[in-house]
Amino acid sequence: MAGPMKMRATLNGGVTDVRVLMTHPMETGQRKDPDGKLVPLHFIQNVTLKVNGKTVVESQISQGISRNPVFTFRIKGGAKGDRIEVSWIDNHGETNQTETAVA
Amino acid sequence: MKKVLGFCVVLGGAFCASLPAQDAKKEIQRYRQMVAEGSPAELFEVEGEALWKKPQGPNKVSLEKCDLGGGPGVLKGAYARLPRYFKDADRVMDLETRLLHCAVTLQGRRREEAAARVFGSADRPSEMESLSAYIAAQSRGMKMAPGLSHPKEKEAYAMGRALYFHRTGAWDFSCASCHGEEGKRIRMQDLPVLYKPEHARPVVSTWPAYRVSTSQFITLQWRMNNCYQQMRMPEPDFGSDTTVALILFLTATGKGEPYRGPGTKR
Repeated sequence: MAGPMKMRATLNGGVTDVRVLMTHPMETGQRKDPDGKLVPLHFIQNVTLKVNGKTVVESQISQGISRNPVFTFRIKGGAKGDRIEVSWIDNHGETNQTETAVA
Repeated sequence: MKKVLGFCVVLGGAFCASLPAQDAKKEIQRYRQMVAEGSPAELFEVEGEALWKKPQGPNKVSLEKCDLGGGPGVLKGAYARLPRYFKDADRVMDLETRLLHCAVTLQGRRREEAAARVFGSADRPSEMESLSAYIAAQSRGMKMAPGLSHPKEKEAYAMGRALYFHRTGAWDFSCASCHGEEGKRIRMQDLPVLYKPEHARPVVSTWPAYRVSTSQFITLQWRMNNCYQQMRMPEPDFGSDTTVALILFLTATGKGEPYRGPGTKR
């Protein structure tokens, strides 16, 4: 099961700032475990951000991103109470998502 | 300009390195600021809350009835008043020692089992780390005020102070060997002089913390354990009188500072 996510979205002068934290090992596939075996690649591949159900950001990321990554999105416009949804899917097909209302 | 540059090359390190070093320090501060704004410490708080409420052990109960000093289950401001004396255990305890005590008394777990994995790894954080994050976060904005009135608290404080300056072990080190003089650092990490309140205050108000370089959440018990290891001394027991005394001494030195953790460390 994927670990927790945390998100906050705030409206600042016509721009919505979304900050989202994700729990993920983000394995590069280059690290070795104590037995000398390679730890297999395991990373978030796609991150999707939706505002009121409409996809606004669709991104592809790779293993170059750190463990437990933090993302910040700045979206033009928006209003208090808008529903922001962020979801990810990794290369093992695991997914997680979270949602919040713009404050 | 050319002449000056030439000078730099000839003189090499000493003269020219001083400028970049200061810039680097500023850059590191900026980096710390950026990291703190989106600290994964919050993820540990979320995890810790779930663990606090999860029934475990032979008694199949959660830790929600654990008395952290303000009464059973009172979390608000509990961390800011630790370490302190607990009558039921007849000793001074810090947060993690108390949590271990509750795991044994409330949940009916064996101490060995509950303490088997108190320090986690990046791949598998320990329960203790997540719980510390959650509980410490409930004291945000409150002034650090550890117990210092009970005779046992006074005794622990005096012992912590003595241990801080006591040189021993294979390398004849004490805490003060590294944390005893201003302006010292290890690589880019400034070493705080922890018996001085102005140095201890920012430290005690930001522990426990998420450590970016190792992707781990670390606690004060871990810090004590790791410092002892670095001093080439025998590993102290988790929640021993030694570590609790040192944590009390440290917290008491930095008392009065509003808590703003769980922090983010390099």
